Amino acid sequence: MKKLINDPLKVADELVEGLVDAYNGECQYVGTRSIIRTHIPENKVALLVGGGSGHEPIYHGLVGRNLADGAACGDIFAAPPPNIVLEATEAVNRGKGVLYLYGNYAGDVMNFDIGAELADDEGIDVRTVLIWDDVCSAPPTQKQNRRGIAGLVPIVKIAGAASQSVTTLAELEAVAKKAVLQTRSVGVSMAPGSIPATGKPTFDIDPDMIGLGMGIHGEPGVGEIPMAPADELTPRMLNYIFEDFENDDEVEALAAGDEVLIFVNSLGATTMMELLIALRAAKKCLTEKGIKIYDVMVGPLVTCQEMSGVSFSITRMDDELKKYWEMPCQSVCFSKMEGRYGG
Amino acid sequence: MAKESLSINEVRDMMLAVADKIIEAEPILTDADRALGDGDHGVGMERGMNAVKEALAGQEFPTVGKVFMGVGMAMMSSMGGASGALYGTLFRAGGKAIGDATTLTGKELAVILKEGTEGVMARGEAKPGDKTMVDALFPASEKASEVADLPISEALVAVAAAAAAGRDASEGMIATKGRAKTLGENSLGKPDAGAVSVAIIMATMSDYASA
Repeated sequence: MKKLINDPLKVADELVEGLVDAYNGECQYVGTRSIIRTHIPENKVALLVGGGSGHEPIYHGLVGRNLADGAACGDIFAAPPPNIVLEATEAVNRGKGVLYLYGNYAGDVMNFDIGAELADDEGIDVRTVLIWDDVCSAPPTQKQNRRGIAGLVPIVKIAGAASQSVTTLAELEAVAKKAVLQTRSVGVSMAPGSIPATGKPTFDIDPDMIGLGMGIHGEPGVGEIPMAPADELTPRMLNYIFEDFENDDEVEALAAGDEVLIFVNSLGATTMMELLIALRAAKKCLTEKGIKIYDVMVGPLVTCQEMSGVSFSITRMDDELKKYWEMPCQSVCFSKMEGRYGG
Repeated sequence: MAKESLSINEVRDMMLAVADKIIEAEPILTDADRALGDGDHGVGMERGMNAVKEALAGQEFPTVGKVFMGVGMAMMSSMGGASGALYGTLFRAGGKAIGDATTLTGKELAVILKEGTEGVMARGEAKPGDKTMVDALFPASEKASEVADLPISEALVAVAAAAAAGRDASEGMIATKGRAKTLGENSLGKPDAGAVSVAIIMATMSDYASA
């Protein structure tokens, strides 16, 4: 794989420098490897995201207007160490506390937790909400073992908007938790990405097979199945989400009349052409169940280099989530105008 | 002759010796991790121990605990991922627990290992038998409590032996946590790489105290 990079060990540092350049003053580089908004208002409850690099445009690309205030950036596919989490926490804190919102991976949880303890030593109030939207990574009774995948984009969008309006950390935590609880994702992997430093593939898979429910780093999912046309694969994938809402005691089953936000994500190499064909199939599937599409996101936002694959994320909306969704936002990863498509 | 205790500077030099030994052992750790994990443990530990050398060499510390906390912070900041967090927790929690002690005796060693091991188990949600670094740490910690009244050099000999026995025992375990958990029974017959590095750390501390 040809990669336009310099020193393979400096990829993460250099990409964050480039991200700051992309923001052209809107954001700045702080500490060892964090990015924060240049103007964070006094007394704002702060929202911090983060995780391993290499999945751009997330997580650090979600720092922006009405989105996250900062991101703690790890090395390629590795959690940010606690000192980076602490530096980012100090930089975004405006005296009202900081919400950590990130994907549920063991390395991230350990490092963010230590970062939170270090922040606590300094008197900074920190709370954590984990994102665990991947329904194929564990059953609904074991959400603590679920991975966070593409659903993090709508969740961070909603939490970022809420962080502008709330006055306490507890309120922001409650909105983020609600958005997490109502968001479920399912993915398939068709071909691996490569590790920038070594060029090696992130996992192995037979060229004729696809990994159903496989994680964005090649973590095992439901199993390997033969490649199938979009119209066959899409309902099969969405069914995992429907079943999950049904089997989870903490939420109602998805029912006719429910309004959902649907996000069709590419893992990197899968083209917009394919995403649109998959979206068409998903819309048919939702419409048959009487589920209304409230708004649509489509694009390569949660990626793993040139990995080929697609994921669907569904967020069930209520009036509160809609209010925050409809606020405009702007970042390198995701921008939208006020309101919604079709609204 | 048995050494009753180590001074702050001796503890610092002991941890510098540990750093050199782990850096030297990088190929061993890499091989151990390649068999069961993603093969990055050796390089990660090497990076961590290079940071430890930078943080410790030529520095004066007010307490023994601060030396260990410095080791923990250096490893945590430089390694990243789960193992950085776990080794960081081991040394930070251990160092914090001995307060303002200015010598390392068997008693402090027992407290460091007890609190450090408990910290690692809580952070990693691992228990003995899961085939992780805990399988070398936990028996070392138990042994340290038993021999807390011995001179430090003798206590460390016993603790290092317990850690090595724990590493060997991990060969017969099936991984349920951490790097090798998806391998199931295929993880049998090889030690956990984290347990290997814990055993090397303890052996080097023991060699330093006995020299």
